[in-house]
Amino acid sequence: MESQTSNGGRTFSRRWVLGAGATTLLTTGLSACGSSGGSGSGGGTLTAFVYGDDAVKVQTKSVDRFNASAAAERTKGRIKLEKVPGADYPAKLRTAMGSPNAPDVFFNWGGGSIKAYEEAGQLVDLTDTVASDPVLKDGFLPSVLAAGGLNGRTYGIPMRGMQPVILFYNKAVFAEHELRPPTTWDQLLDLNSRLKKAGITPFALGGADIWPELMWLEYLVDRIGGPEVFERIKNGDAAGWGDPAVLKAAETVKQLIDDGAFGKGFSSVAYTNGGAPAVFAKGKAAMHLMGSWEYSTQLGKFPDFARKNLGWFAFPRVEGGAGDIRNVVGNPTNYWSLNARTSNRDAAIAFLRDCASEAYAKDLVAGGDIPATSNAQKLLAASPNPEFATFQYQMVRQAPAFTLSWDQAVDPNVSTPMLTEINKLFVGKSSPAQFVSALKGLK
Amino acid sequence: MSPSAAGGGPPTGAGRPHTSWALPGVLFFAFFAVAPMVLALCLSFTEWNGLGDPEPVGLANWRRLLGDDRLTQSLTVTVLLTVVSWVFQTVISLLLGVWAAGRGRNRAILSAVFFVPFLLSSTAISLLFYALLDPNFGIVHRDTLGSTSGAFLAIVFVGGWQFIPFHTLIYQGGARQIPEVLYQAAAIDGAGRYRQFFSITLPQLRNTATTSGVLMVVGSLTYFETVLILTQGGPGTDTAILPYLMYQAGFKSYDFGYASAIATFLVVAATALSLLLVRLSGFGAMRSTREGM
Repeated sequence: MESQTSNGGRTFSRRWVLGAGATTLLTTGLSACGSSGGSGSGGGTLTAFVYGDDAVKVQTKSVDRFNASAAAERTKGRIKLEKVPGADYPAKLRTAMGSPNAPDVFFNWGGGSIKAYEEAGQLVDLTDTVASDPVLKDGFLPSVLAAGGLNGRTYGIPMRGMQPVILFYNKAVFAEHELRPPTTWDQLLDLNSRLKKAGITPFALGGADIWPELMWLEYLVDRIGGPEVFERIKNGDAAGWGDPAVLKAAETVKQLIDDGAFGKGFSSVAYTNGGAPAVFAKGKAAMHLMGSWEYSTQLGKFPDFARKNLGWFAFPRVEGGAGDIRNVVGNPTNYWSLNARTSNRDAAIAFLRDCASEAYAKDLVAGGDIPATSNAQKLLAASPNPEFATFQYQMVRQAPAFTLSWDQAVDPNVSTPMLTEINKLFVGKSSPAQFVSALKGLK
Repeated sequence: MSPSAAGGGPPTGAGRPHTSWALPGVLFFAFFAVAPMVLALCLSFTEWNGLGDPEPVGLANWRRLLGDDRLTQSLTVTVLLTVVSWVFQTVISLLLGVWAAGRGRNRAILSAVFFVPFLLSSTAISLLFYALLDPNFGIVHRDTLGSTSGAFLAIVFVGGWQFIPFHTLIYQGGARQIPEVLYQAAAIDGAGRYRQFFSITLPQLRNTATTSGVLMVVGSLTYFETVLILTQGGPGTDTAILPYLMYQAGFKSYDFGYASAIATFLVVAATALSLLLVRLSGFGAMRSTREGM
């Protein structure tokens, strides 16, 4: 490693400090011009930041629809969609929000992902707007609308599909070994040992990404201790990690790993590069705990498998556990939030109302997503896979509790070390007891 | 080369560049290197999540840094990575470089081929090796990146694969500078190939080795992309070197104050270490390797 790295590396730190420095200068500059306000969006054009993946075409159509609408005319506003590519969205949004070029409207995951913006006074509190507007108030599933808020206030409008975490299974493998989807943990363990005997890895797991490991803990803690356990942690009580359910969940995970339930080498298999989905689709693994997007991922990569052999069921209940089998974890959906510095709040709100429209929901359904809107059910027949769509919609609608993914629910400075600790548990670098005590130290 | 001819110029001042000629370079350095470093130092005494204004917190970040278990682990890994990389890269590039310095068309062609990895981006190289090391679909059907030693050695190897060509070039240049007469004299005295290598080539390459060594050490201290892509500091935190820790604190946790403290620490450590290396090796005194010739 030499000049390139030494230079490259140094540039990195230089670039880093420079970035920090520039942002500081910009921030200072901004507070200096203070009252001139606006967020870099002159002439009635509002900027909207969106996560630029395949699903973005729904937002593109929505923006076109809005810009041509009477509402845009009335509020003299136009929306310009900025598609921010890649997994770096959160970091890019953070930088932009600290600069004069902040977006007026931005995509987010609700909860912890917007907490810092709320604390910095950068969000428009939408609680009263929603309450006084029947289109928004009755337009969305209440549990989903609530899950994106903070402290009981609404800061975001649902704008994408629901993403519950589901246990997927390979129907061909199940049929060949005469297995049936389990509804209890004991049945799952029985399945586990029979699959291993047959030389098949019971569960695919993209451990390199860490968040797929997180999903196991989220469900186990829910099934063992109920949704209240994480609710307490989410509200900032780090002592909540000391709940016996967390330890029990960690021990259960450890037992699965020692048992070889995830196969060897899961810690260097990733979901994001297609490793885990391929293991699953090719029948090397029988099941896969994953967000509902697994369906569209498989449809894209292994269409035959997705159409013929992809099955799904709810995470089993744990004997003696407090959690309802109908409880769901995952991402309720994504949200649009408004920057408090927007120059045209009326136009921005008018734009958000489009998310409750039937046209918007139809676009989502056509892309294989399940809208979090109250009108969604009758549209599901038009979905590429109505059976899966209905399963998901019912699952979320009937869920007594929808726990937001832990890494999105807590503050980023807690979620980063939390993910590290989870990874250490999964790769055997820390015991369940060490895991719990490390988590209790996070604040 | 006499000292007076080496740029400083004769005392007459004729043809000597005016001081202002240095201005663009100095300004550039001040703006893009010194100013940000000073800013990072300032930020390290504040708490800032990227929004609003940084809040002064005194020495809190520094106290936290010194009490952080991860810093100890990270330092150990960083030092280990530096030492192992240095040994691995030096041995290979020294031999390759000396070989490539010899005459012959095949050597010239092969040297050019050897140089190719250095021209690729580290991100592309890391992604390539990440795919090759995949436990299910890679070429090695082992969980290389899942074990502590496997992940560590993978980082050393990938780093070496990329940077050995560069150091080979340095050594090649160094070896070509060695006067042919030394070898001729040694041959007359009956020295064989190995004796010539150890008694002439190696001592003559001392300054070259220092240059390349300092670059390697500072490079290893600030190594980043390969770790980010290959292991993300894993398994657990076993390959989380200092720059990765800094990245996590800054761009994952948005704890820019703490990240700045780590950054400042890195700058100080890297500068101190390279000064120390130059000192110890006598490179600073620029003693010629050709004294008495």
